[in-house]
Amino acid sequence: MDPMAEIKATFFQECEEQLAELESGLLAMEGGDTDTETVNAVFRAVHSVKGGAGAFGLDDLVRFAHVFETTLDEVRAGRLAATPEVVKPLLRSADVLADLVRAARDGGEVDQGRCDACAAELSALTGIEEAADGDDGMGDLDFQPMAAAPVALDFELDAPAVEAVPETAGWSVRFKPRPELYAKANESVLLLRELARLGEIEVELDAADLPLLSELEPEGAYLAWNIRLRGSASEADVREVFEFVDADCELEVHALGADGEPMPTAAEAELDIAALLSMAQAAVEGAAAEPAAAQESETPEADIAAILAAAQAEATEAAPAADTAPAAASAQSNRRAGEDRRKVDAPFAGDDKRTEKKLDDLAKAAATATAPTIRVDLDRVDRLIDLVGELVINQAMLAQRVTEAGLARASSVAMGLDELEQLTREIQDSVMAIRAQPVKSVFQRMPRLVREVASITGKQVRLITEGEGTEVDKTVIERLTDPLTHMIRNAIDHGLESPEKRVAAGKNPEGAVKLSAAHRSGRIVIEVADDGGGINRERVKQIAIDKALIAADAVLTDEEVDNLIFLPGFSTASTVSDISGRGVGMDVVKRSILDLGGRISITSRPGLGSTFSMSLPLTLAVLDGMVVTAGQQTLVAPLTAIIETLQPKRADVHSLGGSARVISIRGAYVPLVDVGLSLGYRAEPMDAEQGVALLIESEGGSRAVLLFDAIQGQRQVVIKSLEANYRRVPGIAAATILGDGRVALILDVDTLVAASRTAEAPKLLQAG
Amino acid sequence: MSKTILTVDDSRTMRDMLRLALIDAGFNVLQAEDGVHGLEVLQGETPDVIVTDINMPRMDGYGFIEGVRSDARCRTIPILVLTTESSPEKKMRARDAGATGWIVKPFNPEKLVDAIRRVAA
Repeated sequence: MDPMAEIKATFFQECEEQLAELESGLLAMEGGDTDTETVNAVFRAVHSVKGGAGAFGLDDLVRFAHVFETTLDEVRAGRLAATPEVVKPLLRSADVLADLVRAARDGGEVDQGRCDACAAELSALTGIEEAADGDDGMGDLDFQPMAAAPVALDFELDAPAVEAVPETAGWSVRFKPRPELYAKANESVLLLRELARLGEIEVELDAADLPLLSELEPEGAYLAWNIRLRGSASEADVREVFEFVDADCELEVHALGADGEPMPTAAEAELDIAALLSMAQAAVEGAAAEPAAAQESETPEADIAAILAAAQAEATEAAPAADTAPAAASAQSNRRAGEDRRKVDAPFAGDDKRTEKKLDDLAKAAATATAPTIRVDLDRVDRLIDLVGELVINQAMLAQRVTEAGLARASSVAMGLDELEQLTREIQDSVMAIRAQPVKSVFQRMPRLVREVASITGKQVRLITEGEGTEVDKTVIERLTDPLTHMIRNAIDHGLESPEKRVAAGKNPEGAVKLSAAHRSGRIVIEVADDGGGINRERVKQIAIDKALIAADAVLTDEEVDNLIFLPGFSTASTVSDISGRGVGMDVVKRSILDLGGRISITSRPGLGSTFSMSLPLTLAVLDGMVVTAGQQTLVAPLTAIIETLQPKRADVHSLGGSARVISIRGAYVPLVDVGLSLGYRAEPMDAEQGVALLIESEGGSRAVLLFDAIQGQRQVVIKSLEANYRRVPGIAAATILGDGRVALILDVDTLVAASRTAEAPKLLQAG
Repeated sequence: MSKTILTVDDSRTMRDMLRLALIDAGFNVLQAEDGVHGLEVLQGETPDVIVTDINMPRMDGYGFIEGVRSDARCRTIPILVLTTESSPEKKMRARDAGATGWIVKPFNPEKLVDAIRRVAA
């Protein structure tokens, strides 16, 4: 949905909430509630509806809401008592407002007579003469739809008519801010910059009012400016620049004569310093710096004196160049203004058209834009998911029965069953989508964590998030928070170097931690990457040896060293810091990811940083699997891990002594895992030529070939936790119920592959 | 370095519209739902400009502006008030509370960005 349509949908949702609020507030008032907060809430509800309606150009709604709001404002101000005679019409008006909102949303018709009558009734209550058509002096100008550009600004003209000066060479402006102007965070230099956008300007600084240092108020305003503006700008244009500050400054605007000479003012005559725009800026900055300097310094006079001395010196120097310099300065400022304008205008030039079109579309699409939502108890959704799971199993059973009964593939029963299968799958996907949520809810918690950890460690950290909209099952999201929190802590605490070290290494002192999510081949991949020093492999290995986690003479690949940090009892921080050292190590992180059916891997480059990559299933309820047979048992291998199926040839299989074998696939040797043997279904290794094999790739990228007796086919299975119903079994991820009603185990491919690399491979089950 | 704008508005619709317009114009956007929330956000962030609504629950726009202006760190941040009223007394009221300027609702993106440019250094 495009953003405007989405916002409009939000608006109507919000309207419903506001209308409910309005009604309950009015009912409370009818019941005698005179609490100001109740009245305020009622007022806000209508005000809010009006504000949004104005933005979408819903004029009928705006008009009525405005009359309604005016009446409520009287009640709020205490000028109109909330007697039953007053509240009753208010309640009726609330109903009319609700009708108008719904008409705007669904494109229906409103009873115009009822609407007008109600508006008249409201107006009668307040005695404020306001026609129901709502032309109250703020109508057309302010309530144009967003698309209708450009909107004229009201200039609050307290000056005489603009058209009186059709041909002017420009304007002479005298501008003297009062301290209030600065207190409201307005800046003279910005006003001068705005003025420079209107044409060529010459600025003279009038510092005549600057008092002696001893009398200078740090937050006073002593400077004034005389500006000559050339060009075709109208007086209204000039005054608009000062629109925000006209009460906080002295402002005089006079037309320049045809000869370009301004009407002389006393100040100009006295002062002969032509100040450049940049000089004015320096002076303003000086003035702005004064309060700060005064607060910070023990001897404010000295600081201010220094600033003023510098400003004075510049002014004196600049004076001789006065003839040529202003032109240059104004040319420059014009150019800059031109650039600014281009920058600002460009995005909107197309935008207005787009918005206009959007609004057109919206008008046509009318009601369809709303996306009503309901809140549902999670238990109900889960019950539905369970039921759909049973349905899938049942459908599979039925399909199997039909096949067993010997009905032809082309028979109408079989074809009907195929359709049923498709429907079941669609139902299943739809039900799963109910539970899917964007990872944003987890990602949103991280900026705060990053700030906290950064301040504790004294490191500078920038968090970059990507793919917040990526959706994944709610359960996965809930169980993602803890591991992610820990990984981000780790990335800052252990991954990033201190700012000094980073600078020494020629890096930005501010470290970056990137958190990203993306869908990749039916799974969600979440990465936590830092641009720190990378894993110190020497140190990691030494610690592992010291803690007797590995043998002192172990020869490990870089990847294996990196993975040592996932071992239980491993902690790299020599002193337990109060951030990472909360009794949770990376082993717990890995464990929780594994429990989610996910995998975690590290890539680390010395000096460039580390990336932790987690791959998680999108849902914990179903799995696309390859159903296979090993030693009389039916097993399921997750389809995501499988790269290809193959028929091993005797010549390709090589024994490495013992039961270890490798198979040559297109010239590369890959370990061959006899699954029947690994899981203890068979005592003797099977002949590779008699079986079929699956080439699989684990999350870490390592490959292996799993050997089975036969492949039955590809199927979607409903995952039933083995751990919850029995106990954890190494090499087995979960279980499922097949079409024939039998339980089949789902293989944990990574564990099988990892085990195949160690000597205990054949003893996996016994060991577990 | 793009400028950061804090918007304070209790209406989701307005928040979404402000966010869309500001992000399209290349600003970073922080958002708060009322005055109290706005002051909370300011404890951790220093935006370049604040855009605030007036009618809000918990703490209205006037209270929020006073809160910002009484904070030594934030008092120099320009504050633009979103107002549905173009009447001079409403503007005076906002100005008296310490607002830097105002934007009359409904705004279009151009008007919004223009007002921000006028007060942002």
